[in-house]
Amino acid sequence: MIRILVLIVGLLLIGFIAWWFFGKHAVATETASVTNDVQEIDVDVNGGYSPEKVVLKKGVPAVLNFTRRDPSTCLDRVVFPDFGINRELPKGEKQAIQIDTSHPGEFQWACGMDMFHGKLIIK
Amino acid sequence: MSIASRFWISLILSLPMLAEMIFHPFGWMLPGGEWTMLVLTTIIMAVSAGPFWQSAWASFQKHHSNMDTLVAIGTATAYFYSIYAMMTHQAVFFESAAFVTTFVLLGQVFEERMRNNASNAVDKLVNLQAKEAEVLKNGELVKIPLSEVTVGDLIRVKPGEKIAVDGVITEGSSAIDESMVTGESMPVEKGKGDRVIGSTLNSNGTFMFKAEKVGSDTMLSQIVELVKKAQNSHAPIQKLTDQVSNIFVPIVLIISILTFLVWYVLLGASVANALIFAVSVVVIACPCALGLATPTALMVGTGRSAKMGILIKNGEVLEAVNDITTVVFDKTGTITMGKPEVTDIVGDQKQILPLAASLESNSEHPLAAAVLTKAKAAGVKVTPVTEFQAIEGKGVQALVNDQMAFVGNDKLLADHAITAELKRTAVKLQTAAKTVVYVGLGTQVIGLIAIQDTPKATSKEAIAALKTRGLKTVMLTGDNERVAKAIADQVGIDSVIADVLPADKADHVKALQKSGKVAFVGDGINDAPALTVADVGIAMGSGTDIAIESGGIVLVKNDLRDVDLALAMSRKTFSRIKLNLFWAFVYNVLGIPVAAGVFYAIGLTLSPELAGLAMAFSSLSVVTSSVLLNRAKITTNVSEIA
Repeated sequence: MIRILVLIVGLLLIGFIAWWFFGKHAVATETASVTNDVQEIDVDVNGGYSPEKVVLKKGVPAVLNFTRRDPSTCLDRVVFPDFGINRELPKGEKQAIQIDTSHPGEFQWACGMDMFHGKLIIK
Repeated sequence: MSIASRFWISLILSLPMLAEMIFHPFGWMLPGGEWTMLVLTTIIMAVSAGPFWQSAWASFQKHHSNMDTLVAIGTATAYFYSIYAMMTHQAVFFESAAFVTTFVLLGQVFEERMRNNASNAVDKLVNLQAKEAEVLKNGELVKIPLSEVTVGDLIRVKPGEKIAVDGVITEGSSAIDESMVTGESMPVEKGKGDRVIGSTLNSNGTFMFKAEKVGSDTMLSQIVELVKKAQNSHAPIQKLTDQVSNIFVPIVLIISILTFLVWYVLLGASVANALIFAVSVVVIACPCALGLATPTALMVGTGRSAKMGILIKNGEVLEAVNDITTVVFDKTGTITMGKPEVTDIVGDQKQILPLAASLESNSEHPLAAAVLTKAKAAGVKVTPVTEFQAIEGKGVQALVNDQMAFVGNDKLLADHAITAELKRTAVKLQTAAKTVVYVGLGTQVIGLIAIQDTPKATSKEAIAALKTRGLKTVMLTGDNERVAKAIADQVGIDSVIADVLPADKADHVKALQKSGKVAFVGDGINDAPALTVADVGIAMGSGTDIAIESGGIVLVKNDLRDVDLALAMSRKTFSRIKLNLFWAFVYNVLGIPVAAGVFYAIGLTLSPELAGLAMAFSSLSVVTSSVLLNRAKITTNVSEIA
């Protein structure tokens, strides 16, 4: 009897994991506001990036402020492959990363191990 | 708290439990027994493993998972089950939770160090820059910081000093060590009019030079920028791991639950045993090794190449190099020196050279330059011409002293008469690898000028090296077939495509691509379209103007042997990426079933502690393998290159 119960609980757990991680969930998106001809966005690094999708205006100098609160070494670097940026994010320190917005397009950023991803849209 | 201190705390507190494990069979008991274990493990969980839980929870809320999710779930399961077991007087395994934490942290301590090792090659390049420069201002030499140097400044460089920025020597001469930028180990003699590169080292002489490029325009800055981009670029092969990494952790969690269910429900194992298998599965899985396999190798490989004066632009190029079957070379400036010289003048010596020089004085063709140089050396006077006209792809014509005169290549012969004797001489000159220019008046060819562009001393060796690799070599040139053949024979090129107009080079590359992937090697000046069309464009640098935009690989040194080295380096890096990925996949594919107890029947099982150790070493070994790429022997077939 108890084994049947355990089996049911286990299968339910599997179902939950599949739904939670593979299901469609909304991604936090933020559009930068322009002040004094500079657009700035704060990105919180904690178990991933929030916002995960950043929309920037083309041609306006942009700064992304990354602050890592997560203790994991997984997130201790942020890499923008298209911009040649690979920056260390010391925990709890705000790191300003300048983005060249002269070309429109969609660009990925990732953590140093390519496990967590964020998206940059310049338009 | 730093990873290192978390590791030390975890290690020290684990030691008593290790002693218990070793000496238990000899009758030694840990004072306090299970209660001591509980206290020690609780501290480890709170202090050392706490951050794993924190990170796992943060990413869970965002529907993400990572390495920490696995470690957190593995250790938490072992820890909380043990507390339950203690209360119900069953066997505990606190030590599993403690040891796994210790091993995982040990792996991370090493890994962090290795990763920093892999990425600091570029920082070293930047540190090469001179800090200040001695600039001539109002007739006096003053020392100013590098950032204040502007274009046009006259800068003095004394023996042993670093050259501040890129420029041209205006006075004096010296031997300059350019190894830090070009990889060339021999110092280069330079004098007035020669270009110098910022950050290179002056050895024995003193000279003055005029700054031409400063700040981010200097060659070193451009190289650093390019290498940075290359090191962080994506290789197409990574697409696979990108997909796997997104689903990896949840899949492992599901496998782990299934493991528990199979052991407990189907096979009737005890809760403790089933749990040990499930925890082992969670702990042994290592997505980090997969994620680290490509970027670390790419970083080390491109960094090391840059030090040798070979700039590989990105991971895509690196991957493309592997499938290359044909290497196409541009002739002038790539295989040859690119400095044509007049060797023979056939016909009336007093008439031919002045006529040719007069016609060519308006032309920008490299052969025209050779004729003009010769005319200048011979003291020939240039007569002004009228009605100057270029005949597309053939030559030029104009009125000289009221007579129509022309100068050009073989194609002119279709419209103009030539004596049999001159024709024979022309063939003879062409077979000797000399380009023949026909000079004529009216409709009659009256003489020939032979121009030779000798192959670089290293070309033959470079071509031979590529052929030993089993690559087909092809030379593309606008030159006449016979001349091209003669040069090709001298350096050992397989086949020749001659009489190609500059604009058609790209089309010929396209045609060759039908039978396999093609690399095109050119100097980047008029080869940009061909460099872009080719699967791998290799641009040869000359001086400070590196054709960064056009090539996928840029050779800073103007040495053809670097083509072989570049191929060798790319292949080595790519094979290291493949090795890393293979290892990371195989490790997970084999490790997970073993941990799940699939091989229980033949006595092969893994405890959670061993699984943790294996996990720590798998990602560490991938990073180590990448860092070792710095030392790996590169097998090239050329000599003298370190």
